[in-house]
Amino acid sequence: MALRNFKLFRGDKSGGQMENYQIEVDKGMVVLDVIHRIQAEQANDLAVRWNCKAGKCGSCSVEINGKPKLSCMTRMNEYSAEDTIYVRPIRTFPVIKDLVTDVSWNYEQNKRITPFTPDTKQKNKNGDYVMMQEDVDRIQEFRKCIECYLCQDVCHILRDHNKKDKFVGPRFMIRIASLDMHPLDTADRITSVKEDFGSGMCNITRCCTDVCPEDIQITDNAIIPLKERVVDKFYDPFLWLWRKFLKRNK
Amino acid sequence: MAEIEIIEHDVIVVGAGGAGLRAAIQCSSRGLSTGLVCKSLLGKAHTVMAEGGVAAALGNVDERDDWKVHFRDTMRGGKFLNLWRMAELHAKQAPDRVRELEEWGAVFDRTQSGLINQRNFGGHRYPRLAHVGDRTGLEMIRTLQDYGVHQGIEVYMECTALDLLKDGDKISGMVAMWRETGRFVTFKAKAIILATGGAGKAWKITSNSWEYTGDGYAMAYEAGAELMDMEFTQFHPTGMVWPPSVRGTLVTEGVRGDGGILINSQGKRFMFDYIPDLYAPETADTEEEAARWLDGDKSARRPPELLTRDVVARAIRQEVKDRRGSPHGGAFLDIASRRSADDIKRKLPSMYHQFKVLAELDITKEPMEVGPTLHYFMGGIRVDSDSQMSTVPGLFACGECSGGMHGANRLGGNSLSDLLVFGKLAGDGAADYISGTNFSALINQEEVESIVRAGTQILNRESGKNPYLLHEELQEAMQDKVGIVRSNELLTEGIKQLDEFKEAYKQVKADGASQFNPGWHEALSLRNLIITAEAVAKSALMREESRGAHSRIDFPGEQDEWLKYNIVASKNGDGSMSTKKIERERPDSELERIANLTIEELEKEVESERNK
Repeated sequence: MALRNFKLFRGDKSGGQMENYQIEVDKGMVVLDVIHRIQAEQANDLAVRWNCKAGKCGSCSVEINGKPKLSCMTRMNEYSAEDTIYVRPIRTFPVIKDLVTDVSWNYEQNKRITPFTPDTKQKNKNGDYVMMQEDVDRIQEFRKCIECYLCQDVCHILRDHNKKDKFVGPRFMIRIASLDMHPLDTADRITSVKEDFGSGMCNITRCCTDVCPEDIQITDNAIIPLKERVVDKFYDPFLWLWRKFLKRNK
Repeated sequence: MAEIEIIEHDVIVVGAGGAGLRAAIQCSSRGLSTGLVCKSLLGKAHTVMAEGGVAAALGNVDERDDWKVHFRDTMRGGKFLNLWRMAELHAKQAPDRVRELEEWGAVFDRTQSGLINQRNFGGHRYPRLAHVGDRTGLEMIRTLQDYGVHQGIEVYMECTALDLLKDGDKISGMVAMWRETGRFVTFKAKAIILATGGAGKAWKITSNSWEYTGDGYAMAYEAGAELMDMEFTQFHPTGMVWPPSVRGTLVTEGVRGDGGILINSQGKRFMFDYIPDLYAPETADTEEEAARWLDGDKSARRPPELLTRDVVARAIRQEVKDRRGSPHGGAFLDIASRRSADDIKRKLPSMYHQFKVLAELDITKEPMEVGPTLHYFMGGIRVDSDSQMSTVPGLFACGECSGGMHGANRLGGNSLSDLLVFGKLAGDGAADYISGTNFSALINQEEVESIVRAGTQILNRESGKNPYLLHEELQEAMQDKVGIVRSNELLTEGIKQLDEFKEAYKQVKADGASQFNPGWHEALSLRNLIITAEAVAKSALMREESRGAHSRIDFPGEQDEWLKYNIVASKNGDGSMSTKKIERERPDSELERIANLTIEELEKEVESERNK
């Protein structure tokens, strides 16, 4: 056991400050454990979100010493004993109180995405869909997403430029990719990827991929392929001519 | 008192895990105006933590599977105390509910021929659990969430339900609190479906999160409903035991389903010493036979690590008690020597990650340390098997917060299927109830105000007991006195302590303002935890036998006499809690016949039906 120094953001939408806490830390603790101990012993009304405490639900996203992380999966022994640990709410979304932010904007984006539209003709005689594992491997990667919104937090377009009206953010780019690459899905999503969801805004700095606690290759496996599909559909001069030609022949 | 916001729907569903979401989807599809109230953000509920899979007799991996075998497995796992009709509905309807998820966008792991893959689990005769690696719950909740948001359901997030309102004997609404602002809100509804999960947070070592505080049990109890089978609390055999801060965090049964074995400190594979008579004919008695089973030999019997959870949890406890435990007081769970590192990472990615980060241990190289953790409530609100309505008209319950489906012990994988099957049935039940009654729900304003007062006085007290500390005391008491092994003496002491906690609760004080105040939220949920804990302890004291998850050192073994009864807890006129035995209905003779067949007889019967 050792006494450690913590600085936590305390405040709400009208403002706030970093406050000092000194607290005993036991072997094996993660940052969320320490926050809970501070809450139980020194600051009963300290607001923090958490649920599973095992990296499965994505509730406890915060910025620890400036890095967006899940506090339940950040071990105290990642930091040296004399370091003060700074914990702030994720910056891209408005603070509600202390470490809790208003992430409702993300739920609004999800509603804008055309729902899964399966091709029911693909059922076999027993009423089962047949899909091979290798055909679903790549969308299963996107479906590992725990909606922690750390990728949304570091996305420059959302964080630094606050262009939430222009770009849907990496979380929903992988959501769209998981539908667009689904072997059974029939909806056209590429027009809306360009027009409504702002795929052109992303300049592939890969910051989202770096912070993903599920190691989803957001940029390489979802965003770039979607951008390529947009290019194919709207900007490929040869394909453009070819389609014109086909149309005329019809 | 300040004006309290009123929101009106035909039906309010409380809880947005798998059961609540499925119920809300059903209500909406039946044309009801539906509100879904949840304590956390949408998609964060406990279902997200379910790992292993959803049990359904699809027969994709072993074509011998059939609803009858699933039903028989469920009854035997529940030590025949399950409500027969619920177990029947569950086994018959689970396959359709799983296929429906695929229709809504779920992407399960596939078999070689491209169908939904299924894995082995404790107590299931065949590979039966449709799964996605070891994150099946996430797949389910996300599928239901993404489908649900397009079905016209209004979702009220971070809103805590406090108490139900009645108009005469019928449900008419409930009072809740917005966590963000601390403001109160009245929901007016013709029916309410509770899908609030269990109450693992009453114990110190639990796989449950802060949300599991028995809100549904306590609200239903206060509204006059009955709580049934509350003595049956499942200790999952494999929770993490080290480091202390993650003690209790779940280690999926999928580890054993994929070949993991349990070893004591002497290197012995001890589960062979704990095979109960009921399962002896179907369980391997040598390591050689167990190994053949793992290699896919259909004539070999199942390894003893895949016995039901109650058996495995007690075995680990016994090994630790007899000083054959692991360094931190558990048993070793070894998958490293059974499967290749690549296999483990592919089949159990989140376990690999969880141990790597939280315990600094590589499960592809070393064994894990595991021990029992309070995981699940078999008991819950007493409901009608078909409609899921409680004894209070207009009050429905589904998922973990309802009782009866799992009897004395739940099989792994039967919870995710329970959510889907009975979530849908509760939605249908509520829709039928509403269409069959012609009334407008009236709200009693005095009732509303008294609920609000009870909540705010926790903040307004000058001084009082710290809710976090009272919660810790409750957890210590339940862990020690109402644990895996119980006795008259321990339970009586436990009940006495609970009486003290009830008194202490009257003086609990939360600091700070009402806006997003976890101390206050903690204090509000403590009432529910204490009510639930009392129901568990009192029911456990009454049941003088050992059956499934309920084991009494002073009454070892199952007693036939006790198979005739369920125990229900309810609130007396004077505010105290009483428990009573109620006689169980005679089972349908066909169901009884199926459950009592030997596995060979049943397999023959299923095969001959198929060949017709």
